[in-house]
Amino acid sequence: MEPIVRFDHVTKRFGTLTVLDDLCLDVSPNEKVAIIGPSGSGKTTVLRTLMTLEPIQGGTIWIEGTPLTHMYRNNVRVPASEAHLRRMRASIGMVFQQFNLFPHMTAQENCMEAPVEVLGLSKADARARAGDLLEMVGLAEKKDHYPAQLSGGQQQRVAIARALAMRPKILLLDEVTSALDPEVIGEVLAVIQRIREEHKLTMIMVTHQMGFAREFADRVCFFYEGRVLEQGPPQQIFGGPHNARTEQFLKAVLQAQ
Amino acid sequence: MRHYLPLLTALSLGVGFMGLGDVPQFLPQLLRGAGLTVELTVLSFVLAIAGAFVIGLARLSTYVTVRVVASIYVEIFRGTSLLVQLFWIFFVLPEFGVNLDPFVAAVTGLTLNFAAYGSEIVRGAILSVPRGQHEAVIALNIGKWKAMRRVILPQALVPMIPPFGNLCVDLMKSTSLVSVVTLRDLTFAAYQVNQALLRTIQIFGVAMLIYYIFSQLVRIVFAQLERRFGRGLSRGRV
Amino acid sequence: MIWNWQFAFDEVLPRLLAVVPVTIGATLLGFGIAATLGLAFAVLRMIRSPWIAVPTYEFSEFIRGTPILVQIFFLFFILPSVGIVLPPFTTGVLAFGLHYATYCSEVYRSGLENVSRGQWEAAKALNLSTYVTIRDIILPQAIPPIVPALGNYLISMFKETPLLALVAVVEIMQEAKLIGAETFRYTEPITMAGAFFLVMSLLSAFLLGRLERWCNGKAR
Repeated sequence: MEPIVRFDHVTKRFGTLTVLDDLCLDVSPNEKVAIIGPSGSGKTTVLRTLMTLEPIQGGTIWIEGTPLTHMYRNNVRVPASEAHLRRMRASIGMVFQQFNLFPHMTAQENCMEAPVEVLGLSKADARARAGDLLEMVGLAEKKDHYPAQLSGGQQQRVAIARALAMRPKILLLDEVTSALDPEVIGEVLAVIQRIREEHKLTMIMVTHQMGFAREFADRVCFFYEGRVLEQGPPQQIFGGPHNARTEQFLKAVLQAQ
Repeated sequence: MRHYLPLLTALSLGVGFMGLGDVPQFLPQLLRGAGLTVELTVLSFVLAIAGAFVIGLARLSTYVTVRVVASIYVEIFRGTSLLVQLFWIFFVLPEFGVNLDPFVAAVTGLTLNFAAYGSEIVRGAILSVPRGQHEAVIALNIGKWKAMRRVILPQALVPMIPPFGNLCVDLMKSTSLVSVVTLRDLTFAAYQVNQALLRTIQIFGVAMLIYYIFSQLVRIVFAQLERRFGRGLSRGRV
Repeated sequence: MIWNWQFAFDEVLPRLLAVVPVTIGATLLGFGIAATLGLAFAVLRMIRSPWIAVPTYEFSEFIRGTPILVQIFFLFFILPSVGIVLPPFTTGVLAFGLHYATYCSEVYRSGLENVSRGQWEAAKALNLSTYVTIRDIILPQAIPPIVPALGNYLISMFKETPLLALVAVVEIMQEAKLIGAETFRYTEPITMAGAFFLVMSLLSAFLLGRLERWCNGKAR
């Protein structure tokens, strides 16, 4: 099966620091992938380059067989134009660690903004869609609240609804519980689990929540120094990792938890 | 250094202009005016800084009367424009028998006005010195004036540099107002030459270039000052 | 005494009050231009293409770094020679507005920079176009905190309207000088003109403080 996302020898540097090192990674349609690894290993950068928030210096990223960061003009490979990037972005959505909700809009308005402005939905249709999604994340009665009036967990759930309102094919989740108080992490993870079961969606999640990753993922990728050091089903990674570093990392993390 | 690019652009535009015919004709007159502009700026700025410290410290005085008088001064000179003040000095004072030489009148006006704004800079900088410093000085029983001189002011000085740099540039631009009280500064010279030659774009263009070059030079000087004295202090945008 | 109250109230005050509309009109129009143009400059500088951003920056820095009086003279003399004949009031106000637009653009810029990067990223993740992002997400967050700073420039512009007198616009200062020239008594007219500015300045500062508190209340 053709991968929906392919990282093809991708290199990304910040100045002299190489963050993604000749990375090769494929994700199949509807696959749920968990990315784990120490900080600085490039996990968040993978998501950010996919969301076109960061440029890459080498290699190609493919989405559904089309290159993301490059395009072809008269069979010559050139960097992607903004129009091309916007076309490609239509299939991808992202939920951020810091939520990044629009503070001057209500929860419902947050979810309506992009469908109206980008997809051209009428206000009524967008409102209906937002309503359904907010209901799914359990916040229907908070739809007229502003982010400042919501708890961290609630804000993140709104952020998830907002991303889903665009009906992306690929949903990226960047350490979405790391900025939350422990008591509310559960409610966000429950929503993610619900999405996993009820929607046909490719999901790529960077997380420190090992327990959740084990339940959630079809495949777990352990990142180290800009590469995938080991990947496989959760039973393998968490049960009996092949790589010594994977084991080392898991021991350190699970001890802290 | 982001100041060098505009300076270079201005200089090259200036050189470009030079190639255009009449410029050498009126340039000397403009430069004479520019000389007066520089004199006014430097003199007024030095006096204004002195005034700023006096008034700024007065506004922080423990004596209510001193504080009030200083505050009134600041409100008056910030609440009216420099032009109004210059007119007052030029037209009203003579009726009270005070006839100032135009140059003196101009420097007075500029100094009084910018000392008021400068006093806010001084006051703000002193207030921004962390409270702990004031407390440490009390704990060590150091006298008030000594404390100000040896502990507080030295720390307040560096944050004052950038705003005073801006003030200097504003002062320099404001000197162009003295042309309306018939002082032959750069603006006056440009106006005069324009009356004669009517090559407005070139004349005022060159005049503006000269001002611009001056203002960039001032910015560079102050940036250097900040660099020299601000070692170790984390400033500005991350 | 040097001050003649009767002269002050019977002759000076009515004449000064008569031109107050000119002063206020010039201020409001000038500020309208400055606030709008300033926003345009600030947004243009954010555009990624250096062909637009850099000349905008250079132009705005040039205007900002040169005296407003020279710019007023410049426009005043240059426009007729290219066939645009405008009344002095309009020319003055245009120069005024242009000059203060450069100050306002700095204020806008700081407001824009204070909007957290996450907002831009969230907008990008939702595939909002740059125009929509700036219009719906960034500006509504950037502008309320800078309203006081813009208000301060409004007050500054008001105090600087006497500059227009120098290109023959009869506003308060010019009227005061005319009275002085006619009656040979400058004390009352100029002092009263100055007092007028002072009072208006203090009043506006007070109102601006109120506005600031109201704005901060809204952003809660």
